[in-house]
Amino acid sequence: MDTGFTLSWIDYTIMLVYFVFVLGIGWALKRYMKTANAFLEAGRAMPAWVAGLAFISTNLGALEVMGMTGSGAKYGMLTAHFYWVGAIPAMVFLALFMMPFYYGSKARSVPEYLKLRFDEKTRGLNAILFAVMTILASGISMYALAILMERVLGWNFHLSLILSAAIVLGYTYLGGLSSAIYNEVLQFFIIVIGLLPIVLLSLQDLGGWEGMKEQLAPIVSAKGYAPDTWTTTWKYTGSASANPLGVEWYGIFAGLGFVLSFGYWCTNFLIVQRAMSAKSPTAARNTPLIGALPKMFVPFLIIVPGIAALVLLNKPGSGFSLPEISPGHYNYDYTIIALLKQYLPAGVLGLGITALLASFMSGMAGNVSAFNTVWTYDIYQSYIRPVTGNKETDDKHYLFVGRMATIFGVIVSIAAAYLASLFGNIMDFLQTIFSMINAPLFAVIFLGMFWKRTTGHAAFSGLLAGFVIALLHHGLTAPLGAATLVKGGWICQVYTYPVEMAQNFWTAIFAWTTATIVTVLVSLLTKQKKSDGDLKGLVYSLTPKFKEGNVPWYSRSTTLAIVVLAIATILTILFW
Amino acid sequence: MGIDIKLPIGLMFSILGLLLTIFGLFTNGDVLLYSRSLGINVNLWSGIGMLIFGLLMLFFAYRTQKSKKP
Repeated sequence: MDTGFTLSWIDYTIMLVYFVFVLGIGWALKRYMKTANAFLEAGRAMPAWVAGLAFISTNLGALEVMGMTGSGAKYGMLTAHFYWVGAIPAMVFLALFMMPFYYGSKARSVPEYLKLRFDEKTRGLNAILFAVMTILASGISMYALAILMERVLGWNFHLSLILSAAIVLGYTYLGGLSSAIYNEVLQFFIIVIGLLPIVLLSLQDLGGWEGMKEQLAPIVSAKGYAPDTWTTTWKYTGSASANPLGVEWYGIFAGLGFVLSFGYWCTNFLIVQRAMSAKSPTAARNTPLIGALPKMFVPFLIIVPGIAALVLLNKPGSGFSLPEISPGHYNYDYTIIALLKQYLPAGVLGLGITALLASFMSGMAGNVSAFNTVWTYDIYQSYIRPVTGNKETDDKHYLFVGRMATIFGVIVSIAAAYLASLFGNIMDFLQTIFSMINAPLFAVIFLGMFWKRTTGHAAFSGLLAGFVIALLHHGLTAPLGAATLVKGGWICQVYTYPVEMAQNFWTAIFAWTTATIVTVLVSLLTKQKKSDGDLKGLVYSLTPKFKEGNVPWYSRSTTLAIVVLAIATILTILFW
Repeated sequence: MGIDIKLPIGLMFSILGLLLTIFGLFTNGDVLLYSRSLGINVNLWSGIGMLIFGLLMLFFAYRTQKSKKP
């Protein structure tokens, strides 16, 4: 299929207006950027709703939108597990139990929390890994964006790359984290408004949800599944072979619902940084909860059109098609693009394309703004030039370093983007590595927060052991029909998983379990060097209980958390 | 931090909404253009929706501004 579009003047005008605002926000914030704190931490002044929308928007990157719409076609509503069981419990846990420590400890980053709670080496290991990974992630986003612009809009690859890098650099250099956060909020609204017409039009076209279900039944049956597999979530998870994810309910529950999601939402600084920018401890606690509200409804925005795409793909005369990787095997990453092309006329089409470009760029900006914080505070300030004590010169100096780190981050991202264009598999590779780092990190931070006996040596060895086990597991197993060693089995293939998803889940479960066991054992064998006084505000049992202050019951975090969990439960039951 | 984000959001969506509404009005009845969207003038509807959203945001921004400076 031809993935190209011809955009008209109205589409380009919409795009232009959007980017004028993006850069304008950076420009308007420029005069407030006087200290490193303002630049790297947004001055800890964000209202909860702004931080909350930014929190969810960081996660709603373009790769996510494209990937999840494709998953909607490939797995149907089962994909919603990533939004409900695989996100909501972790977000609520982060809000109620972890944010008080992240925010209250006055740490400026997750690595810095590790330094305060454990020791320098644990922080160093995490900071360096995080810095490298975020820059690579930003580069990959950039590469994917440039490829998209080349294939879809017919723009020059190199020009697209430089142009998008320049816009991202422009607004993050000017307005720092505040600028990134404000633009994430803007992006949130544009992506919802830009994609909504596709959802409504595709459902209208197929005769609503019920009509779609009816037409789906023969297609799904032909694949060898029960007719309603694509419109249910838990119903067919009794055995791995009855659902297209290839995972049983306990695998989903433990792998996705616990290890992967808690690892991602509770320890990924890119995400946590948004909540740390909130203006008060209560606002910081509310941030993930406010983010959880729209998060639960994202499946209707991006998975439902994906399911519709599967129907259209099998409907003679619909005119809908996807590019093929090999005969009969579609490239589902293009699902959203093909839907834009199918339904949107000039005008709203520009809006849809702008929404995608916007989410690519805010993905990069998010990574760059997390990178410059970790670089400045956790690497530069700790190992290269420590604080001198003169607040004025320090502030100026670290602001300068933060700005330089932004430029440096963008340049390295461009290099990473070219690297990605040389090795097509780097994206899969990166995601695999990310899950190997996050799962042990969650084990260590969790133990550190809730068990005061956890020692620095234990945390360090737990992180390493979890990572090594994840690597080993990945090296010894592979998904069925894996063509490259990036997918696993590079040591020797002793076990074969039915699908890649199952392998990912189990890699994370092994890594988390190992990290937990090693951390507990080493903690018992080593001496705790930190006194109870040192750990105050960092460990649950040594911190005064979080008081919500004089807020009425209906605006308390716990009330909000109950509402979030109730809605998630209702959605789960409706789509059981 | 400095600026109220409701202001740029409101401004941007009002401008985009107005743009799409006008474009929708001018192209109303263009069968060829709207054949993709099942004959529905999505530009007009999206435009009106965005305009309302934008104006609401501007209104809230105005209220915040007013309560700050009594």
